[in-house]
Amino acid sequence: MVNQWGYVIMTAFAERQRAGQRRRLARCRPPVVTDGSDMTIRTLDQTHLDWLEAESIYILREVAAEFEKAALLFSAGKDSCVVLHLALKAFRPEKLPFPLLHVDTGHNFPEVIDFRNRRIAGLGERLVVAAVEESIRRGTVSLPHPLASRNAAQAVTLLEAIEEHGFDALLGGARRDEEKARAKERIFSHRDAFGQWDPRNQRPELWNLYNTKLHKGENMRVFPISNWTELDVWQYIERENIPLPPIYYAHERQVIPRRGLLVPVTPITPPEEGEAIVTRSVRFRTVGDISCTCPVASTARTIDAIIAETALTEITERGATRMDDQTSEASMERRKKEGYF
Amino acid sequence: MSAHEYDHAHSSHGVLRFLTAGSVDDGKSTLIGRILYDSKAVLADQVQSLERAKHKRTEAGVLDLSLLTDGLEAEREQGITIDVAYRYFSTGSRKFIVADAPGHEQYTRNMVTAASTADAIVVLIDPTRVKIENGVAELLSQTRRHSAIAGLLGIRHLIVAINKMDRMDFDEDVFIGIRDAYVELARRLSLPEPVFVPVSALEGDNVVEQSERMPWYRGPALLEHLERLPAGRAGMHGPCRFVVQRVQRVYGAETAAGSAVDGLRGLQGFVASGTLCVGDTVQVLPAGLTVTVRSISLYETELSQAAAGQSVTVTLNENVDASRGDVLASGTQPTSARQLIADICWLDTDAMNPSKKYWLKLGARTVQARVQGVDDKLDLAGVRRVPHDQPFTLNEIGQLRIALAQPVPCALFTEDASLGRFILIDAFSNQTAAAGLIRTAS
Ligand SMILES: Nc1nc2c(ncn2[C@@H]2O[C@H](COP(=O)(O)OP(=O)(O)OP(=O)(O)O)[C@@H](O)[C@H]2O)c(=O)[nH]1
Ligand SMILES: [Mg+2]
Repeated sequence: MVNQWGYVIMTAFAERQRAGQRRRLARCRPPVVTDGSDMTIRTLDQTHLDWLEAESIYILREVAAEFEKAALLFSAGKDSCVVLHLALKAFRPEKLPFPLLHVDTGHNFPEVIDFRNRRIAGLGERLVVAAVEESIRRGTVSLPHPLASRNAAQAVTLLEAIEEHGFDALLGGARRDEEKARAKERIFSHRDAFGQWDPRNQRPELWNLYNTKLHKGENMRVFPISNWTELDVWQYIERENIPLPPIYYAHERQVIPRRGLLVPVTPITPPEEGEAIVTRSVRFRTVGDISCTCPVASTARTIDAIIAETALTEITERGATRMDDQTSEASMERRKKEGYF
Repeated sequence: MSAHEYDHAHSSHGVLRFLTAGSVDDGKSTLIGRILYDSKAVLADQVQSLERAKHKRTEAGVLDLSLLTDGLEAEREQGITIDVAYRYFSTGSRKFIVADAPGHEQYTRNMVTAASTADAIVVLIDPTRVKIENGVAELLSQTRRHSAIAGLLGIRHLIVAINKMDRMDFDEDVFIGIRDAYVELARRLSLPEPVFVPVSALEGDNVVEQSERMPWYRGPALLEHLERLPAGRAGMHGPCRFVVQRVQRVYGAETAAGSAVDGLRGLQGFVASGTLCVGDTVQVLPAGLTVTVRSISLYETELSQAAAGQSVTVTLNENVDASRGDVLASGTQPTSARQLIADICWLDTDAMNPSKKYWLKLGARTVQARVQGVDDKLDLAGVRRVPHDQPFTLNEIGQLRIALAQPVPCALFTEDASLGRFILIDAFSNQTAAAGLIRTAS
């Protein structure tokens, strides 16, 4: 079988699982619910996905109704693909009431940019690209060396785009289960006129009654999939058949094993002195700036196989894949205070 | 889809949302960390970072599990929780969303935030800080405040975890003394009947695994209680209320076949309570016009009905002007009101000010409001309402009267939670000033 990107899909998840792992998998796949007349209707997972979906659609519609000029942050990563799909479900048949905004570090996997362009063109939606390269040219971003990570620099470029276009709300695909600072953030997260997040002084957030009031120059970051886990995301992608960039599925890639991570070999991340290049079957769990995103060893070429691996994983999504989060205990929090997503 | 199918599909069936509450240092964060750790919801890299953590408060070799939720730099430095952390985990029988609330009085509004979406609350008590005189235990004021908030918000399930039993020699008398004091508090606050569990969050007794060190306690461990609680199905059986969030704008070439006709403009919104069916005769509130439901859809799927919690798009047979904030209602006589009497919790550092302008947000409607007067306040020391007329200040709970600039479709909180609650926003500072629950509407 060949999928839409020409990748061969293996239909069977061949890997044998240890007994303990199987038990954990069973835990993540709760039993089937019946309606009392013994008629099997859906699994609890489906019910849970419906609930998450309804909440996210509600949030997206609140944003469209309450803000003057919103934008949906779209990196073509799996979480932003899910948010885009939810937005289509919330608003079609009309066009999306906001443009998509890609904060482009310029350090991209070509498969991802290619996917981004085709996906958005296919939908007939508007894409705004804010490039870190432009900020470098303007002198608002300066990097220690040409190959340095541009991940943190995205905050600068994002704030410049917010100012240039007058955006007052930015929809993002961040999830609370990703990271300990994100676990603390409101669904409607207020940013001051400098784009800063003040985690010590967040607005209360009651029920589903979101306070969307802003003073001029301030903006709101809104996270419609705050309550989703990595596993929920994959189960939803499977159920809704959401297209993703091909690098999310296992493929052969040249990598450098470095400090427990598999660093992809790219012009931006060349091997260091004495490092060996190996070819491994890998997939990406997150997709971001090349300079700080690593794939994990995996043979999961289908969504089913990815779901099985996700249910059994011993390492968190960011722990397995992000070089930038490993530098200090609070790197995400500090970036967010400066205006990061 | 069958009616049965909806009934199951659109409440948060299966997932239980709960929070931990109680006074500073009672062990809330440690307890959540313990639940996560013992139910194997902590992954290897998270354990590693716990081992490496800079601000660990436990002895060498013992993990400080509170750091699983105390994720902010300031929290770790000070060893306290400042704002809510949400964590997600599942056990063999259900999924959980747990919110770790701060105990500090200063951060009560963050506890209210956590409590507003919870099905269940676990109130922790640290017996080393409870004074016992003549056999009567005196609970801390923050224990009382958090319990009052749980009662105010109508949280349905209440578990009291009497923590740090390791420091009390696992003594049953300590447990009984505190239990009796809390039973009295719950009675005064009209809380749901509490369940009591003696635990040690630090050492894990009766959290996930049953403890052998307290043979006098025969009930299940805390997590087992949580697994057994009935799931949240709020609003499923009430009268039907559909809240319009937004009217679909479909123009010219972008129009999908058939929806160009004015009357067919889709009303995007959610079912706040009950079930909405195609063919239903409903009233558009506050205008009061009677219309019939032509279609209900979600994206490309046509539905015959939608139940509480579902986000859908509705079209009507009649060409009427329905807009954001309107409510489609059937069943018992729906109300629109301009005068509210409500219980509130004041959340802003700026005190209530009757000459100030506030926004009131309820359902999908935001209107100007004026706070007309205070009726009473909760006295935490005596645990009773006392008549009062002074403006509310931060963290105070009590009853007030509000006048609205326009009529708002609403309900009494006890009858329909989702249209019976509101927030007040300070129109000058934009701060969320209060959370309110409607007791009388006219
Ligand atoms: N001996 C003992 N100590 C405990 C127990 N549970 C928590 N502690 C300790 O009590 C202190 C406070 O624990 P936390 O979990 O941070 O308390 P908290 O309720 O989350 O505090 P705030 O969030 O700031 O209100 C820490 O030093 C814990 O190690 C317990 O069961 N036994
Ligand atoms: Mg805490």
